[in-house]
Amino acid sequence: MDDKAKILMLACGALAREVLALKTLNGWSHMDLQCLPANLHLYPEKIPDAVEKAVVEFRADYEKIFVVYADCGTGGLLQARCAALGVEMIAGPHCYSFFEGNDVFEAHGEVTAFYLTDFLARQFDAFMWKPMGLDRHPELRDMYFGNYTKLVYLAQTNDRAIDAAAEEAAARLGLEYERRFTGYGDLATAMANQLSDKISAA
Amino acid sequence: MADDNDELNLSELSDDELVPQIHDDLYDGMKPEIEEAVHILLDRGWTPYDILTKALVEGMRIVGIDFRDGILFVPEVLLAANAMKAGMFILKPLLAETGAPQLGKMVIGTVKGDIHDIGKNLVSMMMEGAGFEVRDLGINNSVEKYIEALETDKPDILGMSALLTTTMPYMKVVIDTMIEKGMRDDYIVLVGGAPLNEEFSKAIGADAYCRDAAVAVETAKEFVLRKHNR
Repeated sequence: MDDKAKILMLACGALAREVLALKTLNGWSHMDLQCLPANLHLYPEKIPDAVEKAVVEFRADYEKIFVVYADCGTGGLLQARCAALGVEMIAGPHCYSFFEGNDVFEAHGEVTAFYLTDFLARQFDAFMWKPMGLDRHPELRDMYFGNYTKLVYLAQTNDRAIDAAAEEAAARLGLEYERRFTGYGDLATAMANQLSDKISAA
Repeated sequence: MADDNDELNLSELSDDELVPQIHDDLYDGMKPEIEEAVHILLDRGWTPYDILTKALVEGMRIVGIDFRDGILFVPEVLLAANAMKAGMFILKPLLAETGAPQLGKMVIGTVKGDIHDIGKNLVSMMMEGAGFEVRDLGINNSVEKYIEALETDKPDILGMSALLTTTMPYMKVVIDTMIEKGMRDDYIVLVGGAPLNEEFSKAIGADAYCRDAAVAVETAKEFVLRKHNR
């Protein structure tokens, strides 16, 4: 298979491990991964432009590009941009939802739950605690988290160290802790659909 | 010349020095200094309204501009807001006593299914600072709660906030219910929240999208003026 027949997964950096794990697990050798910085999540308004720039940069090298982002706080703007670019993206509001499965997540309807994934549990200080200024101003904690009641760790893998990190994060935020194993959820299905479409079309 | 390590004595500053110092202290989120400076200005005979507008609101306006320009970030804005809140806590009862001008009334709340209130709280505070009476319904508000508050309080403005893509469509539920009840045109409807935009605001039938608290205040003033001039 030549390079041109490959499919590119253009993903949020917070999903890199999971995308690569699924690639290895399923033997998707005709798939490449290109990540955008995970900290774009702190500025969702920048995501559509960043995705467009990458799609334009890489589209000549691939037969198909799949955007491994959900809406991610863009209020529908990423969906609109992807449609205009002629590329598909993952359905759902955010990664918490598609890891659990969008239908299951919606059915839970947990208004007061704060979610961590494997990535966020591992990177809690770098992507949560410090950007929120809680390292310098712990007194801000209740302004951010006062309305939450529990932290739900949606686990993609069974890893005691990540579980412990998530539980510690819950304690630091003053929230109850719950671990829920999700695996890769709708991410696995969405990627498999893209790759099987690609295979059948090839 | 004062040494950098010397403690700045606020009471030794003239009014012309103290007001910019308040702006700086607000910018740096220095709550005790703001409380002290408010007391100093009150002791010097300043009206609560002048302290609020010239010192606190102006200080937060500068914070808002630097937040919009990417110079300040959310933690710094929250610290500044905390400091301003402390100053307003001192001034609020005095403002009521001294009959500060009232621009209008607003009912505001975060929509059903959403518990995020940082932005909404900032808007509430800045609206109060600008001279609006604000009834804050808090978080997770059903359409029934909004309608009840509108019927009871008869505000000029309804403000709705949402942080989640999944909860922002609920704003349309509220507006559609207002239309069904024939009360939509009685109110100015302002919406805000991180995932919202101008296009969404138009699509759901709101009067305006407000990207931040400063814009909310300016938009509210403009719409209330238009409403009163009708």
